[in-house]
Amino acid sequence: MPRITLVEFNGTSHTIEAEVGKSLMLNAIDNSVPGIDADCGGACACGTCHVFVEPAWSEAAGESNPLEGAMLSMRPDQSDLSRLSCQIEVTDAMDGMVVRLPEYQM
Amino acid sequence: MNQATSALPHSAPLDQIDFSDPNLLRDDTWHRYFARLRDESPVHYQAESPFGPFWSITRFDDIVAVDSNFKDFSSEPAILIGDIPDDMPAEMFIAMDPPKHDVQRRAVQSVVAPRNLAEMEVLIRSRVCAILDGLPVGETFDWVSDVSINLTTQMLATLFDFPFEQRHKLTYWSDIAAGTEEMTGGDVSTEERMEGLKECLQTFTALWHERKANPRDSFDLITLLQRDPNTADMVDKPMEYLGNLMLLIVGGNDTTRNSATGGVLALNLFPEEYDKLRADHSLIPSMVSEIIRWQTPLAHMRRRATRDIEFGGQQIKKDDKVVMWYMSGNRDERAIASPDQFIIDRENPRHHISFGFGVHRCMGNRLAEMQLRILWEEIMQRFRFVEVVGEPVRVKSNFVKGYESLPVRVHPV
Repeated sequence: MPRITLVEFNGTSHTIEAEVGKSLMLNAIDNSVPGIDADCGGACACGTCHVFVEPAWSEAAGESNPLEGAMLSMRPDQSDLSRLSCQIEVTDAMDGMVVRLPEYQM
Repeated sequence: MNQATSALPHSAPLDQIDFSDPNLLRDDTWHRYFARLRDESPVHYQAESPFGPFWSITRFDDIVAVDSNFKDFSSEPAILIGDIPDDMPAEMFIAMDPPKHDVQRRAVQSVVAPRNLAEMEVLIRSRVCAILDGLPVGETFDWVSDVSINLTTQMLATLFDFPFEQRHKLTYWSDIAAGTEEMTGGDVSTEERMEGLKECLQTFTALWHERKANPRDSFDLITLLQRDPNTADMVDKPMEYLGNLMLLIVGGNDTTRNSATGGVLALNLFPEEYDKLRADHSLIPSMVSEIIRWQTPLAHMRRRATRDIEFGGQQIKKDDKVVMWYMSGNRDERAIASPDQFIIDRENPRHHISFGFGVHRCMGNRLAEMQLRILWEEIMQRFRFVEVVGEPVRVKSNFVKGYESLPVRVHPV
């Protein structure tokens, strides 16, 4: 099981044993990591599971798809590192990955 | 009596029912009709209606699919089932597709980002407290006018930094903006709407110039529009300015107003939930989401097919109107357990469709949740029971799902 670290905006860090094949969003929710709302339940339709993937891990996390890009473009705090965690399917290559959570979800 | 309300909900053939009939919401008779659509014809074509032919999408997952697919289902030229009168061709980003939509929305959405909301919370709470402290204990009064409208009007005035003593105008403009018969089956005349919107534009144009001359360190919407390079000259494009104003005024008005009323009604209809709330005020945030789901203050949004497309086994033709019935999606038992029950400690309470999904998802969702949370926190400090003592009068519209009045009495803690 790859170990993934999610860092809250206030600096609190959560390292989880992630399940391969499941989205990062669901892994975070199942491990009670705060700061991810996921209102739509993983349909790439609400934008409330926004995370910032650390640059070293952008390749492992993959690129965002066009619909995801459209949803991300509405986040006031979007950056080059922005992804929707419901669209990141966890793989073994993500062992050690670090993602940061935004100040707020909306 | 019109066709829909005379057609028997259990047995009338579906093609004899007018799902756009504004009386379905006014009379609260829509439930059974839309349950039949979800079961028997979830992607349903209605060949004739006062608004022309249209498709009804009624299941939760289908609505998410249409709402997310802005390429095949365009928001242009309008998002109401009816068409917008040509005499005031206001341009609003809710009725635009990417990329123009994104540019305009980005310019204004930061005003309702949670970071700004935290700045506003103290002011909002003080206004909520003043409204609740002024209620006539021991008398019957109208919750809609005395609390819901009063509250949302003050919120709008705060968001625009609008002259406080003239704030009732904001509510008036909101009520007429989407209230005509041809737009949503309402009772506002086209002339009245036209005159009102002209006055709205004139007032806000003057306000724009006044604020430009006297800039202030504030987060009000007009200042934010002036600060952003993309919208800094919006006042020179009056129909675009008006469109954005209408969107922000209507978006911040009917929705919160009717959720503020719907919550009181729901707690009276489900007294065991009221007991849960009295026992545990920490349920308020999850109750707020449940209120927004149960009420679904905006009943529908409309799209237009950009090409011939098969959807849900049906052939939708290019340029067909496609109506997503949000209030039906929120009562879809395929997506939500016991959807007709009001349950304040529901699992995943935010998994509802009232804010829409996709790029047009409600920009003010966190503001709405915050206003309702503060309202209920302060209600519970003061009143052990907001008692409904008469029947609600509902709005005649196929778009605004809300209340004209709700008689109540408040019982102090």
